[in-house]
Amino acid sequence: MNTMDARGLSCPEPVIMIRKAMMSKENQYEMIVDNPTSKENVMRYAEHQGYRVTIEERNGEYTLSMKK
Amino acid sequence: MENDVKLTRLVKCAGCGAKVGAGTLVKLLDGFKTHHDPRLIVGYDKSDDASVYVLDKNTALVQTTDFFPPIVDDPFLYGQIAAANAFSDVYAMGGEPKLALNILCLSQDMDKHTVQDILRGGYDKAYEAGAIITGGHTIQGAEPIYGLAVSGFVHPDKVLTNSGAKPGDVLILTKPLGIGILTTAAKADMVDAEVLDRIYKQMATLNKTARDVMVKHHAHCCTDVTGFALLGHSYEMAQGSECSIHLKAEAIPFHPETYELAEMGFIPAGAYRNREFAEHGVHVAEGISRAMQDICYDPQTSGGLLMAIPEEHAEKCLSELNEQIPEAVMIGHVTEQMDAAVYLE
Repeated sequence: MNTMDARGLSCPEPVIMIRKAMMSKENQYEMIVDNPTSKENVMRYAEHQGYRVTIEERNGEYTLSMKK
Repeated sequence: MENDVKLTRLVKCAGCGAKVGAGTLVKLLDGFKTHHDPRLIVGYDKSDDASVYVLDKNTALVQTTDFFPPIVDDPFLYGQIAAANAFSDVYAMGGEPKLALNILCLSQDMDKHTVQDILRGGYDKAYEAGAIITGGHTIQGAEPIYGLAVSGFVHPDKVLTNSGAKPGDVLILTKPLGIGILTTAAKADMVDAEVLDRIYKQMATLNKTARDVMVKHHAHCCTDVTGFALLGHSYEMAQGSECSIHLKAEAIPFHPETYELAEMGFIPAGAYRNREFAEHGVHVAEGISRAMQDICYDPQTSGGLLMAIPEEHAEKCLSELNEQIPEAVMIGHVTEQMDAAVYLE
């Protein structure tokens, strides 16, 4: 599984990115973002699509693990 | 209208979503030396929509400015919305706008026709408001900006601050919520043209009628719901009035398309800033969804008036509003100060 890199992007771009990726309907995705808005919005999108989301923060960057 | 330049592609934050958070503003303005003048009856210390300065026993001057980057691609519509939003602060004080100055920043990608159309939109709304644009100031910059500095008048005894709500008052909101979420989702092409037309029309609508009806029905207090969202502005109103505000979630109007888009995370950064600013003072009842809360924290561009009307006048006020503004609804009431400033129930 590749980690998608949405650092440097502002909303709604990270949500568009995860939305496109999730069209492949895999059971697991991972994305890294660098601001709280993107973290919250990507989490909402994944949850809306039925994924469980866990978030790890490191130095202002957030890694979201999304699993079905 | 088709344009070569997509105005919204030239900017990072759209409309009132670009507004600096209320918490940041309070810190920025802290500790400056200012003259004390008893004629200044509303100044920046009150976090109100506009300042009010008494000229004589019948007249007070209301001053405000508001401007933002493009929220729509059509330059005429952008001009109309920016102007309607700027005039709104005067209406929210119970006043009538009379004079205005253009505030304009041009970016290199804008052609002459685009700029003229933006200004034409501003003049169009000024005319409708009964105000005159007397001049302005234009600079060049990285991103386009348009708005107005507006002066208006109000009777000194009839000023409607955002801190005059009284226990028992009924709260009426005159435009549905969801503008920030819908315009964010529009950037991802997730919103139908018909819905966008509806919200553009709403944003370009002056709060003049709402103001005219409100002042006839003994309103105690008013603010316009813009960048700080319903909950941010309610929080300021509750704090300023030393009361608590109770909002009935199921009565709060929003564009129906907003709900699922909020669930999907099409939420502007401003909504999270608003949440950070106000949430310590907001009590959310169990069972109110995260999406509904996001809608209540969603920054509005050229939003409606939130007015506190004495209970005995509220029904009549609402029915008169509804003759011209069918979207206006009662969304809550005011009580004595309780533990939280705002209750979302």
